[in-house]
Amino acid sequence: MRLIAIAVIGFFFYSCAPDKPVNQEEIPDQPASTKSAVEDVINDPTKGIGAVKSVTLNSPLEQDRVKRGLAIYEMKCSACHKLDDKRVVGPGWKDVTKNRKPEWIMNMITNVDVMLDKDPEAQKLLELCLMRMPNQNMSVGDARDILEFMRQNDGEK
Amino acid sequence: MNKLTKSIYTLAIAAALMSLYNCKPQGPKEALVGNAAAKAYVAPGQYDEFYNIVSGGFNGQMAVYGIPSGRLLKILPVFSVFPENGYGYSEETKPMLNTSHGFVPWDDLHHIALSTTKGVHDGRWAFGNGNNTPRVARVDLSNFRTMEILEIPNSGGNHSSPFITENSEYLVAGTRFSVPMGENKDVPINSYKENFKGSISFIKINPESGHMNIEFQLRTPGFNYDLSRAGKGPSHGWFFFSTYNTEQAHTLLEVNASQNDKDFIMAVNWKKAEEYLAAGKGKKVKSRYAHNLYDESTHSATSTMLDEVTVLDVTELKDIVYFIPCPKSPHGCDVDPSGEYIVGSGKLAAMMPVFSFTKLQKAIADKDYEGDFEGIPVVRYEAALHGEVQKPGLGPLHTEFDDKGNAYTSMFVSSEIVKWNVKTLEVLDRVPTYYSIGHLSVPGGPTAKPYGKYVIAYNKITKDRYLPTGPELAQSAQIYDISGDKMQLILDFPTVGEPHYAEALPASLIKDKSLKIYKLEENKHPYAALGEGKAKVERKGNEVHVYMTAIRSHLTPDNIEGVRVGDDVYFHVTNLEQDWDVPHGFAIRGATNAEILIMPGETQTLKWKPLVPGVVPFYCTDFCSALHQEMSGYVRVSPAGSSTPLKFSTGAED
Repeated sequence: MRLIAIAVIGFFFYSCAPDKPVNQEEIPDQPASTKSAVEDVINDPTKGIGAVKSVTLNSPLEQDRVKRGLAIYEMKCSACHKLDDKRVVGPGWKDVTKNRKPEWIMNMITNVDVMLDKDPEAQKLLELCLMRMPNQNMSVGDARDILEFMRQNDGEK
Repeated sequence: MNKLTKSIYTLAIAAALMSLYNCKPQGPKEALVGNAAAKAYVAPGQYDEFYNIVSGGFNGQMAVYGIPSGRLLKILPVFSVFPENGYGYSEETKPMLNTSHGFVPWDDLHHIALSTTKGVHDGRWAFGNGNNTPRVARVDLSNFRTMEILEIPNSGGNHSSPFITENSEYLVAGTRFSVPMGENKDVPINSYKENFKGSISFIKINPESGHMNIEFQLRTPGFNYDLSRAGKGPSHGWFFFSTYNTEQAHTLLEVNASQNDKDFIMAVNWKKAEEYLAAGKGKKVKSRYAHNLYDESTHSATSTMLDEVTVLDVTELKDIVYFIPCPKSPHGCDVDPSGEYIVGSGKLAAMMPVFSFTKLQKAIADKDYEGDFEGIPVVRYEAALHGEVQKPGLGPLHTEFDDKGNAYTSMFVSSEIVKWNVKTLEVLDRVPTYYSIGHLSVPGGPTAKPYGKYVIAYNKITKDRYLPTGPELAQSAQIYDISGDKMQLILDFPTVGEPHYAEALPASLIKDKSLKIYKLEENKHPYAALGEGKAKVERKGNEVHVYMTAIRSHLTPDNIEGVRVGDDVYFHVTNLEQDWDVPHGFAIRGATNAEILIMPGETQTLKWKPLVPGVVPFYCTDFCSALHQEMSGYVRVSPAGSSTPLKFSTGAED
């Protein structure tokens, strides 16, 4: 019953979302899959929606990635996210890697518009911050670097 | 045909002619029929089939419309300052309008030339001319911005410009007014015949960068050079210019320049000119002119002053230039898609001559001349003539072409477009325009591959076409469907400025390569703050440089103290957004220049000079988010000489 309800809501989303012009650039998510984004959330709601399906984390941290992640953070993220737990425009990053799956974090960074439209957790953050997180034109590689920097910020070695 | 049918025909033609000349077109009910609205309708959210790049005339801009909807997509400043986005006001764009006369914030942009490869549009650049203070500009069609402006020295007004060769080898810039060219320019005006000369610049275009330079100038007899077209196909290597005032009048040209039965089409063999240039026949002439280039990595323009051009004198160097007699002050001088036919449109003539390139070549080979003008051969009119279009209409100005061998000529005086066959010279159809058409445009019309679907009329008189708005009215343009035998009016649309020439090209050539953002990683602006942590304020003497960042929805720093009356404060604002269509703006109270708009990843600078002590607000002018109204800050201004320390912050605790 619950599944049906979700399916109906999913249908509602698709029928009401404005049709994008056919030539608009699509974010390359789920290339060969026939599943809808909403089905993905049902499968594993904690991983978010997007190209990132699984992430391997290494220990100790990859220092090259940490360095690049910090540089990207300073250029594109620091205006809204602080490194402690204080919310400014967006939430502070302290403990984000403990509260979210790495896949969810990377999908949020690389596929933010779809996440804000369809992912329940991302939508909760939007209601809290009242500011759509901007698409900062990040590749999956950039997001992986940021993730490594976040892990360091959360005390991993 | 029996006698009865003949007389019916005669009557019908007489009636048609009477209706043509008796009545001024009365309005839509007369011309609008059937499914016109559906043909111009582009549903909400759908795209137009063509981009129409339209000169703005006296507004010094280009405008971009979608065709067939007539929707205005963009106003693009070229030769005129544009307070709306800071063009010509920001520190980065001011050098674009530099000239040998200093900063010139306005011009009169008449003609568009789109870059071509093998005679067809390639969607890379749009060029425009500055008619008043002679200049040409290059606009990039991936970002729709003016990227380069080159001043034209030794020119009295750049009208026959910027027409382009089939592989974008050259643009031309022909002087509208002849002026004294010698060492001593302080001469009596009535010494026109001895001292005044014409000048045609050939501007080479770098095929990779698009950068322009004056490769050579032709020094030509003193009269007026009006319009131009490059040859193509068989006539590639030649350029054709219409001329008027071969009487060489210097006063009351309305009468004195309309005395001769025929003026000239000037045919220029530019390949020959290149040979003379390579052989070192050019003379270096001191000439001061500005070359302004915009660099998208530093987001800044630079202006370089140049001091020399190479001149080829066509009265001394034979075989570069030939004159073809052309009746009555020709205006348009248009080459058909095959490159064989050259249409001269005498503004005051009752017929239009069409010249044949093949016959012109034969006449030159046979020296079939009727005389010379200042030593330049004048080809015998009939020897170069393909034929005349008889009684096409009154006041022919410009001709565009379709893909079926037809030509479309604008008739200013009789206010109509006349369709005729280029080979047979037979008039096929005519439609009224509202009112007094100037230029006209068929998508791809001046190229080797026209898309004969629409013709757009750019009219000079508007009168009653729209709701009245006082003495000054929007200009009126009209779109006609020309896919069938009969031209059909499908849409009226108002335009900004006063369009002269325009070109249209298929949207598919450019829409997918349109730039969306500037990458922050590639921003090399010396005052960029690439990240909020890099925001700062520095004092250098009485200059204060604010390295500011903007992101939805705050400016950093947003509290600045230690600025003093008399300082020059530079706000260098970097937009940290990296998403399409998220510009931010910046304005500060009392700024005597303008605002700036900053595109994602870009840095732009607004200079501000505080005059009185106090606290001055600044804010973002481009509605960016739900909290846009919060995107603001304060500068504290202390009296000159005060010791208020320089401080800056965002979100600092009290």
